Amino acid sequence: MTPTHPATRTNPPRQDRGVFGALIVIEDVSKRYPDGTVAVDRLSLEVPDRSITVLVGPSGCGKTTTLRMINRMIEPSSGRILLDGADIQQQPVNALRRSMGYVIQNAGLFQHRTVIDNIATVPRLLGWHRQRARARAAELMERVGLDASMAKRYPYQLSGGQQQRVGVARALAADPPVLLMDEPFSAVDPVVRRGLQEELLRIQEELGKAILFVTHDIDEAIRLGDQVAVLRTGGRLAQFAPPDELLSSPADPFVADFLGADRGIRGLSFFTSAGLNLDPAPVVAVDATAKQMAKRVTPDVPYVLVTDVDGKPLGWAEPARWAEGGKTLTPYGQTFEFGRDSLRVALDCAVLSPTGWAVGVDRTGSVVGVASQESVATAIRAAHAERAVRARDAAAPGTGARGTGAPGTGARGTGARGAGPAGAARRGGAGGEAGGAPGSAAGAGAEAAQ
Amino acid sequence: MNGFFDMPSDLQHTWLGLVGWHLQESLVPVLAGLLVALPVAQLCVRFNWLYPPVLWITTVLYAVPSLAFFVVLIDYTGQSQTTVMIPLALYSLVVLVPAIVDGVRSVPAETNAAAVAMGIGPVRRYLRVQLPIAVPAIFAGLRVATVSSISLVSVGALIGNQGALGNLLADAMFYHRPILAVSSVVTTAVLAILADALLVLARRLLTPWQPPGARAAARAARRGGRGAGRPSGGRPHSRDAGEGPAPALERVP
Ligand SMILES: Nc1ncnc2c1ncn2[C@@H]1O[C@H](COP(=O)(O)OP(=O)(O)OP(=O)(O)O)[C@@H](O)[C@H]1O
Ligand SMILES: [Mg+2]
Repeated sequence: MTPTHPATRTNPPRQDRGVFGALIVIEDVSKRYPDGTVAVDRLSLEVPDRSITVLVGPSGCGKTTTLRMINRMIEPSSGRILLDGADIQQQPVNALRRSMGYVIQNAGLFQHRTVIDNIATVPRLLGWHRQRARARAAELMERVGLDASMAKRYPYQLSGGQQQRVGVARALAADPPVLLMDEPFSAVDPVVRRGLQEELLRIQEELGKAILFVTHDIDEAIRLGDQVAVLRTGGRLAQFAPPDELLSSPADPFVADFLGADRGIRGLSFFTSAGLNLDPAPVVAVDATAKQMAKRVTPDVPYVLVTDVDGKPLGWAEPARWAEGGKTLTPYGQTFEFGRDSLRVALDCAVLSPTGWAVGVDRTGSVVGVASQESVATAIRAAHAERAVRARDAAAPGTGARGTGAPGTGARGTGARGAGPAGAARRGGAGGEAGGAPGSAAGAGAEAAQ
Repeated sequence: MNGFFDMPSDLQHTWLGLVGWHLQESLVPVLAGLLVALPVAQLCVRFNWLYPPVLWITTVLYAVPSLAFFVVLIDYTGQSQTTVMIPLALYSLVVLVPAIVDGVRSVPAETNAAAVAMGIGPVRRYLRVQLPIAVPAIFAGLRVATVSSISLVSVGALIGNQGALGNLLADAMFYHRPILAVSSVVTTAVLAILADALLVLARRLLTPWQPPGARAAARAARRGGRGAGRPSGGRPHSRDAGEGPAPALERVP
């Protein structure tokens, strides 16, 4: 694992919509409870295979109700839900449920069973032999990052984060094609939540499930979702779009308000830093002579970045002082990985840097070059412009329907999620670009306005 | 302690024999009560409306003096152990039904939801998930029921020496041997304490999954929330899953 920058590091590309078929289709579904509460109102959604679809919205907007209609813990009042093309009403309810993993807040573990038996529950229900079920459970413990020594523990002997991992492992035990997750990480502290989210993304890279993930945390939605459905109170769909499109062109004031104040900044997580113009000039090795160092200084950059002989950054120096023997270094602060981290991380580095210059490194941590706040701003403008062009191209052919429409041209990620090494695809391997290819003319319009 | 273990011949039992008889006469009703309470409690959990009337019936049964039961039952079952055990079994329900219902209701909503979502049907869910998690609460009820049943058996002395160790009380007066009364009371008390200790041990063996501190915490929590909006508030049963001595039911025959 590379060290994680404290600012969001989530990156492009999102998967190409249309590459995988919809595994779950929610068609015009409504739910009215006996007391008259309308929890879900004519909702239509498609959950593609091998992707994470996030349902987000304020408390009481019908997220849990929607999720539970999919495994028939709640029956819809109208509309229908298809799983792999077949109406779920026609399927035996317990078999249906066992084909869907379910993870909830506080994990809902069986407190009277050990970790390994908790995880082995569904395989045992499916009639597996105890040995085989346990072996499978042990395999899953490893997959979700639980130490094998925890197998015989009871849930009360685990931390909240570990319990949640057991919950995920239990849901995955019978290798169901679908994973339903209802605010699974909301009861743990932000650091642990962060770790669980990374873990989920990694597992998803490996397993490629159709995941429907419920949260009321918009940041979590943006971090995890390949696409995000924003629900408003009353159970109506406000917007269904990939997260970058959501941030750049919210459909209405409700969505904009829900996204929060700095969505422009947050949207930068979807632009790769590959477009940055890194300046290698002010970088010198520590064994450079004072003369060599002085040559690097320009009126623009009164500092140089000193690196060790391997090119790893040591700190900023003022060549004049350096020559006088005052070899003090100003800490270089955070670095970003060029081409892999997002523009948001690069901007953050520039803002936090004592000199105002962000330090870009390669995969090994060697300095590639430095970028000023101004050059980050230039890159942001260029990225926006490029996306606007792409959005116009996507909208122009009139491909219409979302889900099948025009995948972004050019630099988009391959969409081969699940194939790549952990995290790499999600973080946007070389040159991966985030442009959202918004599937609607409205999206393009809003783009242009930016 | 001369004469503590010397039983008068009219009892036709040694001291040990009386002990065995006493245990049988007090424990069989508790077991029978448990067998009845398990399905009844499950119905009460399934159908909420059923719980208040069931509680009401068990309370009324508990309020009927054992003598009244004997008067009615003697026509059918005669001056037998059965006549003593039937009311004892009925009395145990007043503790066991609420204990099981509360125990099953205390299963966290997420646990139930997870079980449903995994395709575990209602019967299997009751047997494999809810009952095991309710074990501490059920054992708390069992302890109260057992101890009170052991002390209540003595009433059987009223219907022709069917009171096991209780029969010694009448003989103590009849033969002017107070030591027999002491023997009866002390032996009964020791039996109650031993039975209680065994139940605690069994509960511990059955629930390795309970955090050691949670018992005290759960007890404190239940004390705090007791009676709030519960139809059973203030009833003579204990919801304690705690370690302390089971508060025996006070009952005057
Ligand atoms: N069994 C029920 N009977 C009546 N109304 C219900 C029932 N369950 C939920 N509701 C109502 O339906 C609406 C949607 O509930 P739901 O649990 O789906 O919300 P949610 O989006 O999951 O909220 P949260 O983020 O707080 O979990 C709410 O207004 C809720 O009060
Ligand atoms: Mg909810």
